[in-house]
Amino acid sequence: MSEPILALKGVTKSFGPIEVLHGVDFALRPGEVHALIGENGAGKSTTMKILAGYLSQTRGEIILDGKPIEFTGSDQVEDLGIIMIHQEFNLAEHLSVDQNVFLGRELKRGWRLDHRAMRTRTAELMSRLESRADPATPVSEISVPEKQMVEIAKALSRQARVLIMDEPTAVLTERETEVLFRQVERLRDEGVAILYTSHKLGEVKRIADRVTVLRDGIMVRSDLIDDVTEDDMATAMVGRELSDLYPPKSDRGAEPILEVSNVSVRGVVENASLTLHRGEVLGIGGLVGSGRTELAEAIAGLRPRTGTVMLKGQPLAAGQVAQAMKAGLVYLTEDRKGAGLLLEKSLRENLTLPLLKDFGRPLIDRKREEAALDRAIEDFAIKVPARNMAVGDLSGGNQQKLLLAKTLLSDPDVVIIDEPTRGIDIGTKQQVYNLIADLAAGGRSIIVISSEMPELIGLASRVVVMHAGRVAGELAGDAVTENGIVRLAMGMEQSGKENAA
Amino acid sequence: MSAESISNTGAARARKVDLRVIGPLVALVVLILIGVMLNPNFLSYSNVTNVLARSAFIGIIAIGMTFVITAGGLDLSVGSMAAFVAGLMIMAMNWLSVSMGDSVVVILLGIVLALGAGLAAGFINGILITRAGIEAFILTLGTMGIYRSLITWLADGGTLSLGSGLSSLYSPVYYGGILGLSWPIIVFALLAILGEIVMRHTAFGRHCAAIGSNEKVARYSSVHVQRVKLATYVLLGLSVGIAVVMYVPRLGSASATTGLLWELEAIAAVIIGGTLLKGGFGRVWGTVVGVLILSLISNLLNLTDFVSPYLNGAIQGVVIILAVVLQRNSGPAR
Ligand SMILES: Nc1ncnc2c1ncn2[C@@H]1O[C@H](COP(=O)(O)OP(=O)(O)OP(=O)(O)O)[C@@H](O)[C@H]1O
Ligand SMILES: [Mg+2]
Repeated sequence: MSEPILALKGVTKSFGPIEVLHGVDFALRPGEVHALIGENGAGKSTTMKILAGYLSQTRGEIILDGKPIEFTGSDQVEDLGIIMIHQEFNLAEHLSVDQNVFLGRELKRGWRLDHRAMRTRTAELMSRLESRADPATPVSEISVPEKQMVEIAKALSRQARVLIMDEPTAVLTERETEVLFRQVERLRDEGVAILYTSHKLGEVKRIADRVTVLRDGIMVRSDLIDDVTEDDMATAMVGRELSDLYPPKSDRGAEPILEVSNVSVRGVVENASLTLHRGEVLGIGGLVGSGRTELAEAIAGLRPRTGTVMLKGQPLAAGQVAQAMKAGLVYLTEDRKGAGLLLEKSLRENLTLPLLKDFGRPLIDRKREEAALDRAIEDFAIKVPARNMAVGDLSGGNQQKLLLAKTLLSDPDVVIIDEPTRGIDIGTKQQVYNLIADLAAGGRSIIVISSEMPELIGLASRVVVMHAGRVAGELAGDAVTENGIVRLAMGMEQSGKENAA
Repeated sequence: MSAESISNTGAARARKVDLRVIGPLVALVVLILIGVMLNPNFLSYSNVTNVLARSAFIGIIAIGMTFVITAGGLDLSVGSMAAFVAGLMIMAMNWLSVSMGDSVVVILLGIVLALGAGLAAGFINGILITRAGIEAFILTLGTMGIYRSLITWLADGGTLSLGSGLSSLYSPVYYGGILGLSWPIIVFALLAILGEIVMRHTAFGRHCAAIGSNEKVARYSSVHVQRVKLATYVLLGLSVGIAVVMYVPRLGSASATTGLLWELEAIAAVIIGGTLLKGGFGRVWGTVVGVLILSLISNLLNLTDFVSPYLNGAIQGVVIILAVVLQRNSGPAR
């Protein structure tokens, strides 16, 4: 086996009085894809940031090519060929895609920027990633998965010896993930050492050569991928056996609660109609960019739309979020950082934001807020090192749990959840699935938008599939299969229109 | 970003936030100590009330400004708005006194008009920013010029003066008071307390901070973003009206130079007090401390012959820059 390029020896990390990594040993080898897995808050991102010089360790050593090294700054780290893609995006929203890809390393001709070369290079990289994002569009205007592709393009454009990716696939569909993995395999064959983390264990099994499990800041095992099964990994992560991931589906009532007819959003959704019944879990499938999120946002009053939305027999006005919430319909965004949470505010302030009026008028009752936070922490098993910390310092998965708690605070009748388990670990996933099932059993109705096929199949009794802004079809009962969803999502019935969006 | 700057977050942050909380207070105490050392009269009753009364106008405006800035906005027009409203008020009262005599009713009508005009001016700023989507900086730069030019025009380049009968009837509002405190001080104190409560303990204050922090998150959290932003400008306009009501009885006049640079002093006071210029976090008590710091500096320079009072602006400038530097080093990392 080849010598490690980059390694950690006895590394610990404390944030203030709290130690989150307890003596981690870890080695990355050239030409090897190494997966780091663990529950939310286990310390994966922290480990990766230390490896890439974004955080300094409290104790222990970082070893590069056999010699201990002190990182002094991101320039030096990049010059050493260590590239990291963060869990949260690091993109300049107002700059265009190509400007982002070459940010800090702009191509020049003489003293002038060589715009054309950067644009062509970016277009090349993006097409290698099979992304349709135009290099000239500002990043603020592209979708979340496209942003991820931009991050990946940025990393690919540099000469990497070590590529570290923190949950790169969390926001990608299976198809996009496959595209990414082909690039990963190419880099591996070129001898790059790759470290990556994901909560999708099937995917880990597919791409990784070696897997290391982190639990509560301690490395519990590290094996060649062929020596472990997905179940082994899950058990090692959670520290207990996991039973069935998906709860049994409950029967839905016959009474329609939400009727969406002929909803259009300029340029993205065309004449979409669907019906949701009381106690039902309805899935919406489709490729990213097929208009799923836009449709959901239009229903929830977050986007201008035409067409009608009837909730419990009453029409919902377009563009009125607060009214929709009051009427009992809420939407959980897929864009946690951009639209979901105030990262520099406390958990309490985030949790109660949509519903402040219910926490005392005119003065907010702090005690009631604290009590609500206690309940949320308990119900959603949020791991909070310090209660008054900024939400941005929570691990990604725990942010997602807080977002769930925040969205469900108003005790809505209809919940539209966009990517419910993005970035959360398998143990918590199970909790979220149970929660969804419980909500449905309690007479609530849920729409789940997901790019994870097994999730749609496991949760929903009926799946509406979108393609290029239209509802391509609907599957129910035993017809809800991966194959069925994919056929509709790819627009097999209306072939030739795939590029319309 | 260097490893150093990132590790500055988290628990280290908690300690630094404390420093930021007490920073302006420490500066205020230091200033007072210096004042006492340089001039024994500094803490005399007459000097203290003098400083407070003079702070009151900027202070009242700065309280309104705190909400605007916290919600991610800005208003450069408040100084000339104050001059314009003062001019309107004086002209209206003079005109009314012709038919109604120098009566309290005329003064009350004048007050109502000033408050109404402030409210309306704030509403115009707010509606254009929220509905027409004009950048706050640009829009209020425009209205700043408009009001300044309107008052110059109304006064025909000179001064608008309140009739002497009305003036003496109205002057107790500035010079009078109860319990040894003049009305401007009392109004300033009451508004400060009210503002602090609204900012910290009501949904409105929380919504302002949420919008300034991330407007999209606020919108997705069903906060009425446009409505709240509009309200901040209307409140600021109203506080300008209140400041004018307190200011007019002081000199009984308004001219093209009335309220000159008040907007900058108000914004400076807000920032010195620890409110983030980019929005997302604001505190009214900090603004009060900021106002006091600024007026103490000029008072000190006037009381001592240590440094020329002409350097007042320079020293205030240094304080403002220091405050912002302090904020940057310890503010939440974004
Ligand atoms: N700056 C910080 N200040 C305080 N605590 C922090 C900070 N950054 C991370 N933590 C804490 O360290 C722990 C490990 O976080 P980390 O982000 O490494 O988890 P993770 O394994 O990546 O989880 P996830 O799967 O949710 O992304 C968490 O409990 C987190 O709250
Ligand atoms: Mg993480």
